[in-house]
Amino acid sequence: MSLVLVMWCVGAYLITALVALISGRRRATSALVYGASLLIAMSALVAALFALLGNQTSLDMTLPIGLPWIGAHFHLDALSAFFLAIVNLGAAAAGLYAIGYGAHESEPQRVLPFFPAFLAGMNLVVLAADTFSFLFSWELMSLASWALVLAHHKDEDNRRAGYVYIVMASFGTLALLLAFSLMSGADGFFTFADIRAHVPSPNIAAAVLALALMGTGSKAGLAPLHVWLPMAHPAAPSHVSALMSGVMTKVAVYAFIRLVFDLVGPPGWWWSLPVLIAGGGTAVIGILHALIQTDFKRLLAYSTIENIGLVFAGLGLALAFEADGLHAAAALALTAALFHVFNHALFKSVLFFGAGAVLTATGRRNLDALGGLIHRMPVTSVFVLTACVAISALPPLNGFASEWLTFQAILLSPQIPEWGLKLLIPAVGALLALSAALAAACFVRAFGIIFLGRPRSKAAERAIEVDHWSLGAMAVLAGLCVLAGILPGFVIDALAPTVQYAIGDRMPMQADVDWLTIIPVAASRSSYNGLLVFLFITFSASISAYAIHRLASRAVRRAPAWDCGFPEPSPLTQYSAVSFSQPIRRVYGTILFRAKETVDMPPPGDMRPARLVVTQHDLAWDGIYSPLTRSVQFLAGQVNRLQFLTIRQYLSLVFLALILLLTVLAIWG
Amino acid sequence: MGVIAGLAVQAMQMLLVLTLAPLLTGLVRRIKAHLLRRRGPSPVQPYRDLVRLLRKEVVLAHNASWLFRSTPYMIFAATWVAAALVPTFAAGLQFSWSADLIVVIALLGSGRFFLALAGMDVGTSFGGIGASREVMIASLAEPAMIMIVFSLALLAGSTQLSYLAGFMTSVGLRVSLGLALIALVMVAIAENGRIPIDNPATHLELTMVHEAMVLEYSGRHLALIELTASLKLLLYMSLIGCVFLPWGLAPAGGAPLDYFIGILAFLVKLTIGAGLLALFETTIAKMRVFRVPDFLSAALMLSLLGALLLFVSRSL
Repeated sequence: MSLVLVMWCVGAYLITALVALISGRRRATSALVYGASLLIAMSALVAALFALLGNQTSLDMTLPIGLPWIGAHFHLDALSAFFLAIVNLGAAAAGLYAIGYGAHESEPQRVLPFFPAFLAGMNLVVLAADTFSFLFSWELMSLASWALVLAHHKDEDNRRAGYVYIVMASFGTLALLLAFSLMSGADGFFTFADIRAHVPSPNIAAAVLALALMGTGSKAGLAPLHVWLPMAHPAAPSHVSALMSGVMTKVAVYAFIRLVFDLVGPPGWWWSLPVLIAGGGTAVIGILHALIQTDFKRLLAYSTIENIGLVFAGLGLALAFEADGLHAAAALALTAALFHVFNHALFKSVLFFGAGAVLTATGRRNLDALGGLIHRMPVTSVFVLTACVAISALPPLNGFASEWLTFQAILLSPQIPEWGLKLLIPAVGALLALSAALAAACFVRAFGIIFLGRPRSKAAERAIEVDHWSLGAMAVLAGLCVLAGILPGFVIDALAPTVQYAIGDRMPMQADVDWLTIIPVAASRSSYNGLLVFLFITFSASISAYAIHRLASRAVRRAPAWDCGFPEPSPLTQYSAVSFSQPIRRVYGTILFRAKETVDMPPPGDMRPARLVVTQHDLAWDGIYSPLTRSVQFLAGQVNRLQFLTIRQYLSLVFLALILLLTVLAIWG
Repeated sequence: MGVIAGLAVQAMQMLLVLTLAPLLTGLVRRIKAHLLRRRGPSPVQPYRDLVRLLRKEVVLAHNASWLFRSTPYMIFAATWVAAALVPTFAAGLQFSWSADLIVVIALLGSGRFFLALAGMDVGTSFGGIGASREVMIASLAEPAMIMIVFSLALLAGSTQLSYLAGFMTSVGLRVSLGLALIALVMVAIAENGRIPIDNPATHLELTMVHEAMVLEYSGRHLALIELTASLKLLLYMSLIGCVFLPWGLAPAGGAPLDYFIGILAFLVKLTIGAGLLALFETTIAKMRVFRVPDFLSAALMLSLLGALLLFVSRSL
């Protein structure tokens, strides 16, 4: 039943896309398309939750579309139901937000048809149950999002982002195509059910792991395949950025889990090594880059890379435990990873919505042109602050709950017999702790520069609060962040069917524990109660505020800022985004970004101002992509000569090729 | 032990940390003054300061937002809750199961997050410089702290503080624990802004961190922030005491005499801690701010080494 409903929803998305295409630039189209997307996403969300929580056995469906006489297979099980819920939760929020936000779009005909198509693509990826439908849906998702990245195509940077994105997306699909071809084997298993039933040889499984890591990692933003992400995600309109960062990266995580945990068979112990290293490294690299960005949306995109690193580290842990038969520990690690998937979809969407709201209100994305928005956009600032606290993994919000579960899983690593893993896992734990601390620094900086202090430009001074639709979307997701943070036990229980499906074991039932505490392994080992911590903090803050106001003084006097007696009226004397990150840049940046500060001091008598120039590089770009592009261009230049030969030379080439082929045939035959 | 008794012990712990925190700060100042051959203020001076600040009016900058006004209460509450969950004189606190050591550290992180934001709220350069340096220091101190937790938890098989304290009474000397202790002391110095990282006694010095962030605070807000800083110092001392010197802790459901001994032992531990801290601070000079990362990286490396050493040898 659920599957049929979801397939109808996919159909409705596609029809909405068609309607948007036909109706073109009319004013009402925007509200219509986003309203319809909201309703469809809500229905699909209900169906997905019903399938996830209602303990339904898996559902199958074959539609007579796609390849002739074979048909397209679709399948809904606990794993796809969880990701279906994530996709449609994000889609519903983005639809609600865009009813207000989309009205400001300058060229709506470049966004509206592709938005529902993008949603349909993501829904189909998690439902597909044969290789062809999967790859087709994957490409639909990639191409629709590519079109959305190019919505504002007049900007040179956006065009470049679109180009890099389409190249990387094609690379990812190629890797997945090869992975599926390997799994299909010589006998040509086509549906996932056939592939699952057939266990491949260890070599093929290893190749599939590598290809899956490349194919899904390039979509999710795993270093060093991440370079397209901070270009493409910010280029799209903000509600689409939210979907790409919050949801599309999660579809890639789904593809990885489906391929590696489900289809390819029992894991080898060393499989977790590349996943753990890629995850831990990605987390630190992503957040360090986020810390030095001055564009709010680019900063958020880099922070997405960090969070994907955290998720993959959790998946790597789950693989490590699973390979050694430690099913309970594997269930804990996978629960932590999936919990983080859910959390990131929530707070990253709020943050991108907030970035869109700031963009609407001020027209600026550059941190150093903003400031003081907490006074002019009070409601937005509360939601963005909530999301900032959540993403910085601070209690009692949801980001901390998943981080805490990951740490608990890491602490189970002594049970693993292999030495390499034993030593690697605590080191990955150190990387995760480092990235959590850096994330807090990053979001102190982002929130502090944008919303606090004094406005740094006229645009920021004149900002006004955004519309109610946008605020409503942020309110719902921020509220879910708080709820999932103080009641993590319910989320863990809701994830249990998915974990059960992927691992074959689940975490202990948390709803049975007294006082809504969560106990991942045993009570003597560790426990956490988000609700009580939240209540304690609220209670002690209230009684201290009450007591002080009652018993001591409650007088307030407004005066100019003190600033050690020398207040400077110009807002430019405040700490800027660049100066805030200077200590971090000096500590970490000299190696990781080869950051360099050069002072251009004019000689005495010269009247021009002195300048401090900071240069920094993305090592992945300089080390991998630039050489690759250069060599491709060099080869193309060489091959280009073939275009300008005489007919005689062409004929001799054909003759030579023929001789060569015949020789090969003679030797081979 | 009945729930009532448990709640009573928990409430006593909360009041105890709150009342002892200013005394500890005063004691450290007094001992430091003696070591410098000054007479120094009485150890109860911090209480007088707090009362004086509480009675004064608050002078708010014109563009201070609600965040600036509510932050002192929030960070005080977070630190107080964290301090209430670390066993000081009795193990098995009523609410210790609601948060383990990782949560305690993260609660302090929440406090720092909001204090750094408050530093940026008014929009002065001092607030910004303090916030920026504070998060840089925290970005190294926090992972070091988590690695110390890993060392302890890998050894004891638990991150639960009451359980950890019980386990540590039975364990002998180990190299990993030594490394963890050194790292923990280094982190504690950094987190509390003591010399050589930061100087709690200075104002108007360009290397200051914590004092720069709270520069705009006055009156009752400043009183709460000072009290929070004292609570944090007490928390770290009781954490070191509970994990590395767990003797004297009253067991869960102990007799009244046990609790009496527990409180006495706690007071002795605090006095020793204050003396050592004052001695350390008078014998060392403050570092340049860009030497601090070296100091903290050393702490991080020591704690990581401690954790890895646990795997290499089960007996060291």
